Amino acid sequence: MKILILGAGQVGSSAAYHLSREEANEVTVVDMRPDVLRELQDRLDIRTVVGHAAYPDVLERAGANDADIVVALTDTDETNMVACQVAYTAFRTPTKIARIRSAEYMNATKLFTQDAIPIDVRISPEQLVCTYIEQLILYPGSSQVLDFADGRVRLVGAKADREGLLVGQRIATLKDHITNTEARIAAIYRQGKAMLPDGDTVIQEGDEVFFIADRKDIRVFMSEMRRLEDPVRRVVIAGGGNIGVRLALALEQTNQVKIIERDPTRARQISEQLNRAIVLVGDAADEELLLEENIDNVDVFCALTNSEEANILSSMLAKRLGAHKVMALINRASYVDLVEAGSIDIAISPQQVTIGSLLAHVRRGDVVKVHSLRRGAAEAMEAIAHGDKDSSKVVGRKIEDIELPKGTAIVAIVRNDQVIIAHHDTEIESDDHVILFMTDRRKIESLESLFQVGVSFV
Amino acid sequence: MNWTVVQRILGLLLMMFSLTMLPPVAFSIYYEDHSWLPFVQAFGLTLASGLLIWLPVHRSKKDLRLRDGFLVVAAFWSVLGTFGAAPLYLAPDLSLSFTDAVFESMSGLTTTGATILTGLDELPVSILYYRQQLQWLGGMGIIVLAVAVLPMLGVGGMQLYRAETPGPVKDTKLTPRITETAKALWYVYLGFTIACMIAYRLAGMPLFDALCHAFSTVAIGGFSTHDASIGYFDSGLIDGVSIVFLFVAGINFSLHFFAWRYVSVKHYVQDPEFRAYTAYLFALSAVVVIALYYYRGFDNAGETFLGGVFQAVSIATTTGFTTENFTVWPAALPVMLIFASFIGGSAGSTAGGIKVVRWLLVYKQGAREVARLVHPSAEIPVKLGSKAVQPRVIDAVWGFFAVYIIVFGGMLLAMMATGLDQVTAFSAVAATLNNLGPGLGDVSRGFMTLSDPAKWIAVVGMLLGRLEIFTLLVLITPTFWRH
Repeated sequence: MKILILGAGQVGSSAAYHLSREEANEVTVVDMRPDVLRELQDRLDIRTVVGHAAYPDVLERAGANDADIVVALTDTDETNMVACQVAYTAFRTPTKIARIRSAEYMNATKLFTQDAIPIDVRISPEQLVCTYIEQLILYPGSSQVLDFADGRVRLVGAKADREGLLVGQRIATLKDHITNTEARIAAIYRQGKAMLPDGDTVIQEGDEVFFIADRKDIRVFMSEMRRLEDPVRRVVIAGGGNIGVRLALALEQTNQVKIIERDPTRARQISEQLNRAIVLVGDAADEELLLEENIDNVDVFCALTNSEEANILSSMLAKRLGAHKVMALINRASYVDLVEAGSIDIAISPQQVTIGSLLAHVRRGDVVKVHSLRRGAAEAMEAIAHGDKDSSKVVGRKIEDIELPKGTAIVAIVRNDQVIIAHHDTEIESDDHVILFMTDRRKIESLESLFQVGVSFV
Repeated sequence: MNWTVVQRILGLLLMMFSLTMLPPVAFSIYYEDHSWLPFVQAFGLTLASGLLIWLPVHRSKKDLRLRDGFLVVAAFWSVLGTFGAAPLYLAPDLSLSFTDAVFESMSGLTTTGATILTGLDELPVSILYYRQQLQWLGGMGIIVLAVAVLPMLGVGGMQLYRAETPGPVKDTKLTPRITETAKALWYVYLGFTIACMIAYRLAGMPLFDALCHAFSTVAIGGFSTHDASIGYFDSGLIDGVSIVFLFVAGINFSLHFFAWRYVSVKHYVQDPEFRAYTAYLFALSAVVVIALYYYRGFDNAGETFLGGVFQAVSIATTTGFTTENFTVWPAALPVMLIFASFIGGSAGSTAGGIKVVRWLLVYKQGAREVARLVHPSAEIPVKLGSKAVQPRVIDAVWGFFAVYIIVFGGMLLAMMATGLDQVTAFSAVAATLNNLGPGLGDVSRGFMTLSDPAKWIAVVGMLLGRLEIFTLLVLITPTFWRH
């Protein structure tokens, strides 16, 4: 697939990295800064073009004529929108994805039609990151919460501790603990290594367990993995940027929210936007300020400023001063590894959150949703099965009869709003949403071909 | 330094190279020249060595770094020169010394075309074929071929590609994937080779000679299956075919690719290097032809014209085919032609020399200095076509020039130290460093009369010229090895 990425910023570079790793993709990146592109081309097998991303001749040089997808990820919303417009009008590019930051554009859905601004998919990283954090707060104890089928099913990652009911026992005993409903353990990461569990696998303390369950059951199953934490009440957000304010707005009705912003003018602005949250003017790494605001009683401390170094330091400080759980927004993948082993509970990587929504459109077959996990090493995917027993390799077959690549499991199925936890004898029907977990993303291509309706069969 | 990766790729490349010893075996059997044994031996030897190098580290999965790329390319070309020499060394018909065999194989691979063999017309077919094939593999670059056919090189492919392809700017890819770029280049190369072979055949060459000469023409090599080179055929038509394909092979292959992809000649016409290259070949040919008329008169007007143009194009593109002995031409002509080989062909072509685009940039840089004297406060960028050239590129070109001259001077002194006269030493260094082939004086008919040390200097010169000096030079700097 020929992919054009406009803008080599953080999200653009990481998209280029993820997409170019897949054999079938040919990636071209456009940016105005030659030095950034040179550095990127040294690392990745891609082509780079220097120029303004919305200019027709630049797009033509970058191969827009036969591109399958244009992904506009430059800093400015306007450039992204015009670039998609140009790609559609001048080059008839089939799929156009754009990052739209400002909520004002994002909410004006009428704008984005084929005869106005032809953008097929709008991505707002701020929105995605905000939702992501919201869910982590909603399910205390989870390290990752991923939605499928419009949030009907959720894949939850949690670290097993001694007080989890299932810890030290065979997975098969799960149905004795909880009788009226089902969940499935999709994968276990033990000391960084992935394993696909079966009924005899025993969960150990310290395992990172990914399980999938209906939205309403998650809390119950969480208690199987670890001591059930009290719902979050008090939240402190460091940094009153876009993400911070969105998160505060989303949480302020149900939680006690405090938001710390350094710039007085900005603090004034956001205090007008927010209704119940308290806006504090000051430095998030100021020990006095944190103590004064009872940091030792805070359930969650989120460091969401623009500077990842400041996020790391302020959340480490908050943890030492007694915050129960700290999260930090960190862009650099190498930092994520550094801090997750130490005192920061959850590192949130905006690129990783965003990349999934891009990947879903690059996949062949009818793929609705892709979540990238563990820095892109694993992937969870929702695909729709089409066709019938003759034209499809999955429809009309029991799960045990499907030739899945190694390291892959079908974990759940959503059929007409109904969530079915996968068993070996579950039969897949046409139009089922099939949720898969892959511990090895190199197998993606063979997986994709499973969900394509074969031409030769028709 | 990432030794395991370097070792793994080196082993792989060597195993791949061993396969190229098999076609001569087929030729040997078909023409019944009874000299297939050395090729089979060399095949076994190369394959086994490659396997021995590769096997202990074949599980290594690390990525190739920029530095490793230099090492792989330099090491591979050196190793290749040696293993490529194996069949020649083992062949009983030749009874070559080790030095001579390495010289011949390196001269082939670097598309120099200087030879230490005489009596080519009597040699077994398989050996003749093998020499031509070496040139063909070296022309577009055997590593570019490896990048095209070994997908597991991945990003590392780019590092290798950069270390092997000639020219000042190496970051431009024809396609997003380096494998696809390498494939595209080889397809164009293959296409021209086939076209050239058909043209030679139609012009009256026997089929085997047509294939062999197509190899060395498109690779701008200069090896021939006859002592008298292209002159053996004594046909104006063949000379003409040769001129056309040498001209084409001296053009940047990305231009050919674009012409083929977009079915238009727009890219040629708009390319400043192509225009300079064409103008320079025209001017040189005109000077040579006019000078020949001046000294020889118009007795054989047509023959003189064709001979002049052929020799000008053959030497200026650093091929080294001959139809007549240009070294005895009057006045300054022989030395002028040797000088022309310093310019060479275009960047990204199969030709040697310093490359037209570098000269163009140096010229423009000079013109800028003049303009600056007249307008001291003007801001004058160096432009190629309508695009300003990055100062970084110009710096690199200057650096390349300086090093080229220093290396040339050093090698000239070394050659003279082995006892050669100045004309021979000068032209021998020019012929090897520019990957030209024939020289003047004692080396006008080949390098067989040189002493062993002089041959080894020539071998180093050919390698330096093919890898454009820096790839090799970087390995002898302490910075490269410091951790």
